[in-house]
Amino acid sequence: MQISNGYTVHLLEGLYCYLRRLLFKVLCVGEVPNHIAFIMDGNRRFAKKNNLAEGEGHKAGFSALLSILRYCYELGVKYVTVYAFSIDNFRRKPKDVQSLMELMRQKIEELLQQESIINEYGVRLHFIGNISMLSEPVRVAVDKAMRVTAHNNHRVLFICVAYTSRDEMVHAVYQSCKQKWSHLNGEEPSKVVKNGVFENKVEKHSVPPPSSCSLIELVDVERNMYMAVAPDPDILIRTSGEARLSNFLLWQAGTCPLYAPSSLWPEIGLRHLVLAVLNFQKYHHYLENKKEKKKHKNF
Amino acid sequence: MFSLRLPIPIENTLITPPPKSNNNNTYNSSLCAHSYSSYSHSQTNRFLTVRNVALQKNGNSVGDSKDTMMQPFPEELNAEPLPRHVAVIMDGNGRWAKMRNLMPSAGHQAGAEALKEMVRLCASWGIKVLTVFAFSTDNWVRPKVEVDFLMSLFEKTINSEIDVFIREGIRISVIGDASKLPSSLIRMIKYAEERTKENSRLQLIVAVSYSGKYDVVQACRSVAKKVKDGILDLEEINEGIIEQELETNCTEFPNPDLLIRTSGELRVSNFLLWQLAYTELYFDGALWPDFGKEEFVEALSSFQQRKRRFGGR
Repeated sequence: MQISNGYTVHLLEGLYCYLRRLLFKVLCVGEVPNHIAFIMDGNRRFAKKNNLAEGEGHKAGFSALLSILRYCYELGVKYVTVYAFSIDNFRRKPKDVQSLMELMRQKIEELLQQESIINEYGVRLHFIGNISMLSEPVRVAVDKAMRVTAHNNHRVLFICVAYTSRDEMVHAVYQSCKQKWSHLNGEEPSKVVKNGVFENKVEKHSVPPPSSCSLIELVDVERNMYMAVAPDPDILIRTSGEARLSNFLLWQAGTCPLYAPSSLWPEIGLRHLVLAVLNFQKYHHYLENKKEKKKHKNF
Repeated sequence: MFSLRLPIPIENTLITPPPKSNNNNTYNSSLCAHSYSSYSHSQTNRFLTVRNVALQKNGNSVGDSKDTMMQPFPEELNAEPLPRHVAVIMDGNGRWAKMRNLMPSAGHQAGAEALKEMVRLCASWGIKVLTVFAFSTDNWVRPKVEVDFLMSLFEKTINSEIDVFIREGIRISVIGDASKLPSSLIRMIKYAEERTKENSRLQLIVAVSYSGKYDVVQACRSVAKKVKDGILDLEEINEGIIEQELETNCTEFPNPDLLIRTSGELRVSNFLLWQLAYTELYFDGALWPDFGKEEFVEALSSFQQRKRRFGGR
């Protein structure tokens, strides 16, 4: 009886997988988003709702992340960005921050396991944020993850940790001023400091050489953003129904459609992704026209 | 490649459905023709105004009598919390006009009336700052006729409302890249800003030829100049320094608590990027000329139910 149950479950899983791939083939008739960003909100509320210890909510959130990544990569999405830990989150209780740091370290190690989705889909891991603010064990794990996956070219997962969009903009402004200052002083223009080193660059915005005039231009600031290594997101999804950006990708998501399902992050499922993509496809044509006109204008 | 266009029910908590508008027929039957001297003779007959219609709808325009400014605080709302700073993306004028077979200018004119109502409500209910996205840097690509009309509308509206602002304690500020604006509008803006700079009841910030990215880049330039002039050290650059240089430094409360975007579009379209970090977003399906007191109360009510944690507990 148990063997037949196990066989049935296996069969159903296989059928579900087949139907999902079929659904994605249908979705691919329209435009598939190149880059989806997620604000993974609601882990703590999920734990509370299900009478779990708080840490269990984040663990459930990690499982949800793996599922969503699988769906995104099966669909053909190339870039996924997730908001894992904000600089603002450091203001939580030290005990909570510490356990989140430890969880992050563990999960990064898990991602690097042979059988993980990262290796299955050839995903490069890239951590975006003020990495120096993280505890040392996490920093070590982050460096290792980026080094080990640096050769992967097919897909990229941007994990924003110790990140806020304003901090990113401050960094970009600082770097732009520094470069102009060096240029004005006749020094060798300092290299653009990005968060991590890339040997095999994937697509990014086309970057003209630094402006020769003393004025800082839009391209100077954009070039120095942490997220300059990726195209802007096509969809921004925030779970748990909160309708705010919480200092995430403010610069990059300026024209991006927003989608806020009321489900908590660990409850996110295939239907949310499908609805978000359908939403995106509905607006894609309109957005493309606007981008064409914008190309010829500053800002 | 074609996009799927299916009537999929979208579980997106951002969308508020448009209210059932019963005013469409009223607008269509009450329209009257009005010519603008700035347009060629062949076009004068095609521009319609709904100013008289708006007057019928609202009873009067802002400042017709001294009692019209005060609107009683709605019973549905709590006294606290109210947003100190409300930002609005006034979207949908063009669609509003198209639905009525009117030129876009009629939609913008109706939008101006809706803005006057919004100013009146904010001043009545104790909101300190109202920032409106009147014209984006992206909007310069629109047809010249429409752009010229909008510039003219801004000038006329500021001119006609300036006495009311002075009387009612409203301060007007304009942010954006002034380099592309007609010189007459620039002069009118400077005059209005100067005459109202002492007012403190409500600050109305109008974003014209503005984009969030432009604001950050111009702040960056100011910071770079200070570094070059030795006023500021490179290592001192932080969030506070940049905030001081953003164009919203004209107000004590530069960061909106609530952003309202009308017409159902679910994006911020390069408006106040830096300032929107923790802003509660509210998207209304109504087109801007149809956004009135009822819709604003609903937006404020939604704001009052939000739990704002700012990343902490």
